[in-house]
Amino acid sequence: MAAITSDVQVEVRRPRRSVVIGVLLVAWVAAYFLLSGIHTLPLGGQETTGFHRWLTEHRDAVGAGNLVFDAIRAAVDNIVVLLQNVLSQPSYGRPVPVIGWLGVVAASAYLAWAFGNWKVALLTAAGLGFVGLQGLWQESMDTLALTIAAVLLSLLVAIPLGIWAGLSNRAFKVATLVLDLMQTLPTFVYLAPLTLFFAIGPAAATIATLIYAAPPAVRLTAHAIRNVPPESVEASRSLGSTRGQTLTKVLLPMSRSTVVVGINQTIMAALSMVTVAALIDAPGLGQTVLKALQTLDVGVAFNAGLAIVVIAIVLDRVTTAAGDRPWRTASVRRKILLGAGGVGVLVAIWFSRTYVWAAEFPTDVNLGARIAVLAADVTTWVQDVFGGLTYGVRDAVTLGVLNPLEALLTGSPWWLVGAVVVAIAAVLGRWKAAVPAVVCIGLLVGTGVWQDSMITLASTLLATIVVVAVGLTLGVWAGRNRRVDLVIRPILDAGQTMPPFVYLVPFLALFGTSRFTAIAAAVVYAVPVTVKIVADGIKAVPVATVEAATSVGSSSWQVISKVQLPVARRAITLAVNQGLIYVLAMVVVGGLVGAGALGYDVAAGFAQSELYGKGLAAGAAIVLLGVLLDRITQAAAPKPHGKGEKQ
Amino acid sequence: MKKLRYAGVLTATVLVLAGCGGAKVGEEQKPAAGGKECGSFNLTVSPWVGYEANAAVVAYVATKDLGCKVVKKNLKEEIAWQGFGTGEVDVNLENWGHEDLKKKYIETDKVAVEAGSTGVKGVIGWYVPPWMAAKYPDITDSKNLNKYADLFKTSESGGKGQLLDGDPSYVTNDEALVKNLNLNYKVVQSGSETALIQAFRDAEKDKKPLLAYFYEPQWFFNEVKLVKVNLPTYTAGCDADPAKIACDYPPYDLDKIISKKFADSGSPAVDLVKKFQWTNEDQNAVARMIAVDKMTPDAAAEKWVTDNRAKVDAWLAK
Amino acid sequence: MTAQLEYPDVQDSDALLSIQGLWKVFGPKAQRVPRRPELAALDRSALHAKTGCTAAVRDLSFDVAPGEVFVVMGLSGSGKSTLVRCLTRLIEPTAGSLIFEGEDLVTADEKRLRALRRSKFSMVFQHFGLLPHRKVIDNVSYGLEVRGESKPDRRRRAQEVIDLVGLRGNEQLYPEQLSGGMQQRVGLARALANDPDVLLFDEPFSALDPLIRREMQNEVGRLHREVGKTMVFITHDLTEALKLGDRILLMRDGAAVQLGTGDELVGAPADDYVRDFVRDVPRADVLTLRWIARDPRPDEVLDGPELGPDVLVREATRLVLESDRPVKVVEGGQLLGVIGDEEILAVVADPADSHWSARPSDRPAT
Repeated sequence: MAAITSDVQVEVRRPRRSVVIGVLLVAWVAAYFLLSGIHTLPLGGQETTGFHRWLTEHRDAVGAGNLVFDAIRAAVDNIVVLLQNVLSQPSYGRPVPVIGWLGVVAASAYLAWAFGNWKVALLTAAGLGFVGLQGLWQESMDTLALTIAAVLLSLLVAIPLGIWAGLSNRAFKVATLVLDLMQTLPTFVYLAPLTLFFAIGPAAATIATLIYAAPPAVRLTAHAIRNVPPESVEASRSLGSTRGQTLTKVLLPMSRSTVVVGINQTIMAALSMVTVAALIDAPGLGQTVLKALQTLDVGVAFNAGLAIVVIAIVLDRVTTAAGDRPWRTASVRRKILLGAGGVGVLVAIWFSRTYVWAAEFPTDVNLGARIAVLAADVTTWVQDVFGGLTYGVRDAVTLGVLNPLEALLTGSPWWLVGAVVVAIAAVLGRWKAAVPAVVCIGLLVGTGVWQDSMITLASTLLATIVVVAVGLTLGVWAGRNRRVDLVIRPILDAGQTMPPFVYLVPFLALFGTSRFTAIAAAVVYAVPVTVKIVADGIKAVPVATVEAATSVGSSSWQVISKVQLPVARRAITLAVNQGLIYVLAMVVVGGLVGAGALGYDVAAGFAQSELYGKGLAAGAAIVLLGVLLDRITQAAAPKPHGKGEKQ
Repeated sequence: MKKLRYAGVLTATVLVLAGCGGAKVGEEQKPAAGGKECGSFNLTVSPWVGYEANAAVVAYVATKDLGCKVVKKNLKEEIAWQGFGTGEVDVNLENWGHEDLKKKYIETDKVAVEAGSTGVKGVIGWYVPPWMAAKYPDITDSKNLNKYADLFKTSESGGKGQLLDGDPSYVTNDEALVKNLNLNYKVVQSGSETALIQAFRDAEKDKKPLLAYFYEPQWFFNEVKLVKVNLPTYTAGCDADPAKIACDYPPYDLDKIISKKFADSGSPAVDLVKKFQWTNEDQNAVARMIAVDKMTPDAAAEKWVTDNRAKVDAWLAK
Repeated sequence: MTAQLEYPDVQDSDALLSIQGLWKVFGPKAQRVPRRPELAALDRSALHAKTGCTAAVRDLSFDVAPGEVFVVMGLSGSGKSTLVRCLTRLIEPTAGSLIFEGEDLVTADEKRLRALRRSKFSMVFQHFGLLPHRKVIDNVSYGLEVRGESKPDRRRRAQEVIDLVGLRGNEQLYPEQLSGGMQQRVGLARALANDPDVLLFDEPFSALDPLIRREMQNEVGRLHREVGKTMVFITHDLTEALKLGDRILLMRDGAAVQLGTGDELVGAPADDYVRDFVRDVPRADVLTLRWIARDPRPDEVLDGPELGPDVLVREATRLVLESDRPVKVVEGGQLLGVIGDEEILAVVADPADSHWSARPSDRPAT
């Protein structure tokens, strides 16, 4: 992590800290040669500690036969089943869903038009048509039903919480902390316990998705409320509004577009859970992906992954358009057109209920098979062409960087690693960072999976450094060049929503089962979000500032390093932070391709009953690593309020 | 203007389509006869193709011959066992051992009962790709493994030979075996069956050395005929102490588990599930159709059932 | 230094709004600062160093007369915006009382306060504080809406004030479709809509272009003449303060520096800070003859033209310079003094660097 901080820091902050940290690291390496191999707290793959066994034995104590959970499960199940009946499954004694494909396409396009504009309406119709042609209509509708249910429930919980956090500083602090934890906690960790509470099936899958998807909506709602111009609120108060009136007439309407961004993020998060939720029998495209993986069928997995991407892009563009819609109400002509369109939709729905061709998506054109073959061919080609090269890269990186780093972390006594980490935290953020560091290190030791944590930490650090380096490069490029941005955005969107499971097989083929493969997968997963944040940050640098720098004769590199990066430092801190969280989110997936350590522990805990407790502890360890790294990067970040204090 | 045009196009399309008409919903298929008698049951489908073959054939026969409604659920084994308690799962058609779970759900909780063997024999062990067995004939004896340890070195194995392990779902004794047999190897977790198969596929194609944990029956044997490395022979009780194991894995008699509720339901499907038995070859044949020939499970089952009517009739006999 | 400044025109009993000993302190345990004299006496940086607190308003007392335009002026950070927010408790004062029509607002409960805000006070904001999701007419009627008036009543009243501020024809537009000046007219209309007794302005025109600003200042002057509301007007612009204010309170670091009419500030700055502040003011436009009249010299012939003492110097210049005898300043038939060419020229010709300080001939002793 020292490397991360110095990476971003050196240019931005005074160098004294980096000298101190450099000395610390050198001292650590020296101490490693003296002390390596003692107090390393190893624990074999099938071994457990007393704490793990205690957790395993008490797994049934929670949740079993609880009336409240049963009621929640029944309610959620009903919502999902209702949506499935309407969209995807044969229902109410008929061999087809309530609304067939024609009705769904028409109604979706109509909604996109009504809330957004005609462009996104066309995109919606085209996108849905495409997944139909892929031969995945029913699976897509199942996924859509589950996503809608999860998103609606998420918002039901998230928006009130967000409002509360927006109005109360204390709630805001607590919420930020809890949300950080929720987002770093690997989904696999709560997947198995959730099935204890809510049994297998749509309810547990929906709730797992909800847990993962709600945080962005809470965050952005709070953010929106807090960013309403204070004068508008004062104006409302000065006219004698009650709190409720100010909330409903001023705060909420003025937060609309940011809240919609939150809803957008929630939808994207929910879609990224589709594959993982399939592990507990969530219906839909995730099943197709998982099944295809059993037979290493990259083509079919890609086809289903592509459908998820298409749905994600449609929903993203529609919600974005809805958020950007101006305040102005509809013109008379638009109202008439909306009415006419509504009638058209009803006609389409009637058709889709009456005629088979409008109810079941035609299977004559099977685009899916062709996409699958193409994807498989491309994968094979890439493997054949790059196969030898990639192994070389893997071995060079593993031997040159990863193994020494891992040896340093796993071979040093735990107290030495702990002392170095705490010292670095103290240098960067004084007691505000040092205290959480002490707590996290202590708890990490307590989880009993210290050595696995250190192995995971080594991979995480390496992956994060690569993510930040790539993210900064691409982000600055896209932030400075509109055309690059236009080209790169859809690719980033696809990278963010394509389930990682889909590219695991090609990666396995390219790099074999290894920690490097896991790092590569994590980098692919985390780079898009990092690039986006950096690009947005660079774009937000005032034009006048850049012009001023250019006018005094700065070179492009000087403009970037002395103006754009420092001015965008908050965005860059956020990008590093998010990059880290995304890398950590991939730890478990990395465990599936050879990363071992915590990721494997969590996956094994999910699959083997006797390792349940260890899996839980490993999940907690991932969260602890997340909190630790988060606190340290936050502490290393320049504090923006330092300057504001004078006023 | 464009909006108007769009609306116009939409309306026109709808009108044209209205003229076409076509078959009406609900006209063709009537629900299969006799559905009431059998009712419906939930069948868990574990994530390997061999299991899927079992599920495909049983579901096909239950639906076509008995008129049952079969709800397939794709679940990991551990989760499926939980399902017996909650009513989410009625039938598990291929169980690999899991004595601890049997104890909990069959003996303690009394929510599940055993429903006999599937006839399929499970083998677990260490395998090498066929080219290695051909080139180094004595590699198939675990005593000689140390001689070849250098071949199996990788970036992950820290200077020793690499023994690649599989899906976290599988219980392995490999760490203990390596230690107790004094092998100069390190167990590396591949983390998933997908990773394991991909590794074998590449190893055979590029003639790369690989030693890995694997099992039969598995559809992948249809693609690459892996060769088993013989560990010291299994004798009853040699695996009693997990820390001191120095012998091969026991052969597994793969069996079926059904929920208590389903067993007591009196459905004809209960008999079918209890009598369902076939061989490793049968399962591999169906698994191959699904995994390699890319047939749907239903189509694969139909083909196999047509070719093996006699076996199916034996399952259905009163 | 206390802010208990005296002034001749307004008696306490006549005051509409009387502010007494008002404090606003931000920071931890702010309460203790006004209570403990040794803390209250500290200056800004010493107070912050010792307590971590910042006193935005320090022990202010003044009265606002009915119908008066009371201007609070100061540089940014002087506490004037905090002061105006304290007046209706948008910001809670730390200490002091706010007597409005005999009632102390500081003790009013939430409900009473809301009632007062709905009918007695209105505020116009620097950045307008409009609601972007509402049309002009709905912005204007917002205050009527929250106090529960029926829609037709709202519409009617909103239309009246929209006409009054010259926004007719823009009712159905959204704020973002209007220019800055027009947006502030909406803010003004919204403030007028509930027919308040007191209008509070928080630097309402500082975000506007100079031309628009002048136009809006004239507009406020016109409205003041037409509707006769009491106004408390915050500004950092001295010209604006002199143009609009009946009286001006000059603030610095939260405390009052001087309170008086415009010509008092210009003519008799209380200290160097005020003197510096008013240095660039064109005195001829502010000072009246009262400030420059001198006693007649024994040899002067007192048969020149007569003028009143409240005539601006600028207006008297031509007459004085054209007359070959000193002009007499007469009030109620009594001779206050005379003015010759040199007195006029001292004001008109050398406005900037003159450290000359006038003494009005009838200025009461303080």
